[in-house]
Amino acid sequence: MTSAPLKGSDLTEVGPLADGTGTAQSVRPSRPRRRGRGRSAPYWFLVPTLTLFAAFTVVPIGYAIWLSLHRVQVKGIGLGKGARSQVWNGIGNYTDVLKDSEFGHSVLRAFGYGLIVIPTMLGLALLFALMLDTPKARSAPFARLMIFLPYAVPGIIAALMWGFLYLPDVSPFYYLLDKFGLPQPDLFDGGNLYLSFANIAVWGGTGFNMIVIYTALRAIPPDIYEAARIDGASNLNIALRIKIPIVMPSLVLTFFFSVIATLQVFTEPMALKPLTNGLPSSWSPLMAIYDKAFLQSDIYGASATAVVLALATFVLSFTLLRISDRYTREDRA
Amino acid sequence: MSINRRQISRRSILAGATALGLTSTLAACGGSDDKDSGGSSGPVKLTYWSWAPNMEKVAAIWNKKNPDITVTVSKQASGGEIVSKLITAKKAGNAPDLIQVEYQSLPTLVSNDVLADITKYAGSTKSEFAEGLWGMVTLGTDALYAIPQDAGPLMFYYREDLFKKHGLSVPKTWTEFAETARAAKKAVPDAYLTTFSSNDPGLFAGLAQQAGGKWWTVDSAGKWTVGIDDAATKQVAEFWGGLVQEGVIDNQPMYTPAWNNALNKGTHLAWVSAVWAPGVLVSSAPDTKGKWRMAPLPQWKSGENVTGSWGGSSTGVSTDSQHAEAAAKFATWLNTDPEALAALVKEVAIYPAATKGQSGNVLTTPEFFSNQADFYTTAGEIAATTAAAAWGPNVNTAYTTFQDAFGKATKAKKESQFDSALATVQSKTFGDMKKQGFEVTEA
Repeated sequence: MTSAPLKGSDLTEVGPLADGTGTAQSVRPSRPRRRGRGRSAPYWFLVPTLTLFAAFTVVPIGYAIWLSLHRVQVKGIGLGKGARSQVWNGIGNYTDVLKDSEFGHSVLRAFGYGLIVIPTMLGLALLFALMLDTPKARSAPFARLMIFLPYAVPGIIAALMWGFLYLPDVSPFYYLLDKFGLPQPDLFDGGNLYLSFANIAVWGGTGFNMIVIYTALRAIPPDIYEAARIDGASNLNIALRIKIPIVMPSLVLTFFFSVIATLQVFTEPMALKPLTNGLPSSWSPLMAIYDKAFLQSDIYGASATAVVLALATFVLSFTLLRISDRYTREDRA
Repeated sequence: MSINRRQISRRSILAGATALGLTSTLAACGGSDDKDSGGSSGPVKLTYWSWAPNMEKVAAIWNKKNPDITVTVSKQASGGEIVSKLITAKKAGNAPDLIQVEYQSLPTLVSNDVLADITKYAGSTKSEFAEGLWGMVTLGTDALYAIPQDAGPLMFYYREDLFKKHGLSVPKTWTEFAETARAAKKAVPDAYLTTFSSNDPGLFAGLAQQAGGKWWTVDSAGKWTVGIDDAATKQVAEFWGGLVQEGVIDNQPMYTPAWNNALNKGTHLAWVSAVWAPGVLVSSAPDTKGKWRMAPLPQWKSGENVTGSWGGSSTGVSTDSQHAEAAAKFATWLNTDPEALAALVKEVAIYPAATKGQSGNVLTTPEFFSNQADFYTTAGEIAATTAAAAWGPNVNTAYTTFQDAFGKATKAKKESQFDSALATVQSKTFGDMKKQGFEVTEA
């Protein structure tokens, strides 16, 4: 380190003597050193990322897998020191998860919820994006902000706010329904529960997806529209035949995010659970895992369930990617 | 010596860490794993995990009087979460010295070797507590795992003004309670006497205790017996299920905005709750100040005098503590010393478990119940009749199953489903213990 300034003054001194031996000597040894540093440099740049990635992703995942292959073994009455030990359980926890009908139901519930949320949310997002993109759209920036705003509300706050609106005794909507003598549905009951959660998700998620699609729409060069208009295409035709096909990759992307978010639904049902007696503690897959790990202190079973859910998400994501890939390729051909 | 070594090692770690941007993470980890060894050098430092508000103010009194033992309160979540956190901390070998533990969590923590046996340090405090409470902290064994702190004897709270207005009588037995519920429904069609909340297994457990239910018991041969669906508990489940099915008891969960509204508006005329109810009513039903009155819990047989409990906690010492004796000393002071008890009542607003804390002028009538000057005298009499609770090592499983199974039953408003829900809680709890390897049978 201390040699650096010396070297600098060296060079300036030697500079004028262009082909003097001194120059060659001072430059030559520095070259291999620089080259060596250059070769290892990328790895040094990678070190922080890799360290953090290993410490906070790879190691915890490995630990979870290791835990998922064990279980607790209690001896006798199970009180005091040495009453509990951790023993190897092989795939025991995994067969338990696959046999567990409650977990199966939670996955089915998540799919049912996704069937409502994803088409509605993406449909609305596409519709809003197309409407904002029409040349006649008035006060578009304001409308865009308003549609996006719910996304900025933290999930837990949104869930609590809607929860209050769903409760007949405190909701202004029920007050109005009562005033006009209209039927008052129980929003926490059976099938309505799906609609209640889906409503929160659509309210919160449409803005984000709309922005993704809208950004893709703005990137389309306007001369395509001009050409279409000369050919006599209406605004509707432009939307259906030009805009939607071009933003297809964005739609696939938002669909993909939504599927993963659906499988991971947690905040809304968790926040609404204390408000009703109609919501089981394992309503969604993540709730089932939370319940196992933190309420029943069964960290082993919870790890196995988490691994199964992660694998299922993986398989589902890759299958969907494959399908969409093939579809878009065939489309182009 | 130890300080020097730590500084050096930290500096060298820091030098390496700056390049990686890990400074803060490592520095935060650095201090926790070295423990002071031996009590002779400097004051003993104890950490106390508690969720009770203002507990640090009570600890401050101790710290002022005992410069050689300093207690630091660390705020935690209550319920099942602190239990999971403690079990994890124990696995990592750094559980705090002192722990606030709910009575029903004691067996779980003892089973995970989190709580130390403090008989030799605090066994002599036995005479300070009612027998039922003492049974909960010894788990019926010769060991002592915690010192009782507060108690939650069940009582019957009712709206004095509305009872008078509609000519309702205060029930002395559960049969009368059912009649009052029917009469109340007849008098005010859109109101209920109270609700059956499937989200609060603790209350149901207390009602089952009163009826004589013994959910977990240990026999002398070292075997657990799970009896959640015993005759006494069945009686309680069917009683409430019948009233819910009849439509004279509400089926909405407690502690929701809707429930607060019902209490405040007077569409719930009564509440079966514990001695701490005034604190809840202050915030849930602020408009009803001075309109409530408290009476003993209705009885299953007339002339009997038994109650159960809902909530309440104790102070335990962890097996990781290097200073068990000092910790036990603090726990004893906290829960039996008159000055500490007075501070607990005043600052933390608890109902002390120690018998001497329940009488005398430590407790002053809650402002919300200014119309019932003898509130704590009556409460003390009721507390003395608390039946012993029998908790087991997997209360969490039983409670979650209760919420799910009884949630369905209350939603459906079918008495028969209350029965099958109880059977579900029994079989799941038993199955879970069996799976973990406990020696266990069913009642």
